[in-house]
Amino acid sequence: MGDTLSAAFSVAFHGLAFAMVLYLISVGLSVTMGLMGFVNLAHGVFAMAGGYVLTSLMNRFAVPFVPALLGAAVVVALASFPIERLLYRRLYGGEELDQVLLTMGLVFISVAGATYVWGPLQQPLLPPLWLSGAVDLGIDSFPAYRSFLILCGAALVTALWLGIERTRFGIRLRASVDNLRMAQSVGIDTSRLFMTTFALGSGLAGLGGGLGADLLAINPGYALQNLAYFLIVVAVGGLGSIRGPFVAALLLGVADSGFKYLLPEFGAFFIYALTMAILLWRPRGLFGRA
Amino acid sequence: MTPSRAVEAFARRHHYRPYEALPWVAAVASYFVFPDYLALGAQILATILFALSADLVLGYAGIVTLGHAAFFGTGAYVAGILAAHGWGEPITGLLAGAVAAAVLGFLSGLVVLRTTGLALLMQTLVVATMVAEAANKASFITGGDDGLQGMEVWPIFGRFRFDLFGHTSYLYCLSALFLCWLAVRRMVHSPFGRSLTGIRENVRRMHAIGAPVARRRLIIYIISAALAGISGGLIAQTTQFVSLSFLSLERSGTVLIMLIIGGVGRLYGAFIGVPLYMVAQNRFSEIDPVYWYFWIGLLMVFIVVFARGGVLGLFDQFQR
Repeated sequence: MGDTLSAAFSVAFHGLAFAMVLYLISVGLSVTMGLMGFVNLAHGVFAMAGGYVLTSLMNRFAVPFVPALLGAAVVVALASFPIERLLYRRLYGGEELDQVLLTMGLVFISVAGATYVWGPLQQPLLPPLWLSGAVDLGIDSFPAYRSFLILCGAALVTALWLGIERTRFGIRLRASVDNLRMAQSVGIDTSRLFMTTFALGSGLAGLGGGLGADLLAINPGYALQNLAYFLIVVAVGGLGSIRGPFVAALLLGVADSGFKYLLPEFGAFFIYALTMAILLWRPRGLFGRA
Repeated sequence: MTPSRAVEAFARRHHYRPYEALPWVAAVASYFVFPDYLALGAQILATILFALSADLVLGYAGIVTLGHAAFFGTGAYVAGILAAHGWGEPITGLLAGAVAAAVLGFLSGLVVLRTTGLALLMQTLVVATMVAEAANKASFITGGDDGLQGMEVWPIFGRFRFDLFGHTSYLYCLSALFLCWLAVRRMVHSPFGRSLTGIRENVRRMHAIGAPVARRRLIIYIISAALAGISGGLIAQTTQFVSLSFLSLERSGTVLIMLIIGGVGRLYGAFIGVPLYMVAQNRFSEIDPVYWYFWIGLLMVFIVVFARGGVLGLFDQFQR
């Protein structure tokens, strides 16, 4: 009995850590897709960039972990400005196929670019001393880094939700997601809002990619390999929703670690089947509006 | 225009025009001009068929799919597994691949086509990932990560052996492509084909005039899947190898790219985009396979920003 219980805790713990990473990366994608109606297959590129910035700062320039993490988020957010202004903006409200093409093109460029700069091998993330080893949480002992990941993720999620609910920016954002034309007519500068939101989402993705570097390994194929995960979180959670993807990420994270524990052979299979079932039942996702 | 002239103009769309012979003249000429590149040529011809099948769903029915490789790979694996387990007859192998892909198209189409937009995109991606995952797990029959090996393809009609230089392969792929193209051309100009264009352009109106939209979309999805299966089977039989990459997202993505380079929804986009892409890939990959990705990515961005409609779209712009 004790074994089952500790296994359940272990599954929940690792699932939660994975869910935090998935959510941080995907929430920006959900807003981009919901607000701008833009199929952004290149979102993983920003997460990958975050991972590369973090590991490079730490491994090459010996920057401590926390500043390097913040640096990753800021660099990715800044880099996303020109990309949004020069490329993405042209295709808002355009055809899905063009968006798919443009973003697939960016993914391919990122694969080649990352191989050119960092080589084909995976970039190791060496957590600082205070985060290595294990912590005893009473029930069982868990890896310290993942505990930190969960705490960090929870703090960010809380901050994000408060920001969306309580700030002026959040009000404008919610208004625009609800009804873009109405928001424009009452004088919200949606073009600037898009830009800021995109940068914020990309920065969060960079942060998630950096934090999650030991769960989703940083290598040149990152954006392509993990695309299905990010899209599943967004599609199941519901476009434009802030909370939907959180529930979806939790489902996916816990299901992923649960199946890996119980049925390692067929884990991925069940997850995809579950995704299909949910999308059939609710094509707009769990929290998507009709 | 009087009604009879309008009907005539409409009917004239069916007639073969001189320029439609161009791809075939070029394909036959290549056989004599580039005898050293017949193996690559055969692959190009088979891939044109794959792109043509994608054009049917994407260009004609307006279904944006990220999972077309599922059908391509299914056809390849079925033809390949048959050949590896004692049934190397190529033509029945191809047909078996086509049937298997069509069945998958029917089953997944029932589910996938109930949605539209992003959900549909996701569903196609999920189906393809599931098929790839299944092929990976069934390594006892598919060879898993190592790929399917030990295929033995018999001579065509018991007479024409597959040779090392690719003479047979080239002509085999060319004949298959030609037959499929004839069928596809006929279909897109038929009332059925016109109704697909109608569904792409204005679904509501098609519903309003009583067209069975769901059924038509499913039928074209199945036909397209079968053609993709034939294409996969051709590549499996001529290269005698099938790997998991046949089912990958990358494969689904590149076929879209090739099609878009040529031009979507024009029936001939595949004939232009695929050779351009594959010849360039062949050249650049010799220099460095990684940078190929860089250039193709840049090209895609360029197409979206400056050259919507692909090569054939550029021709249209010049004509105006």
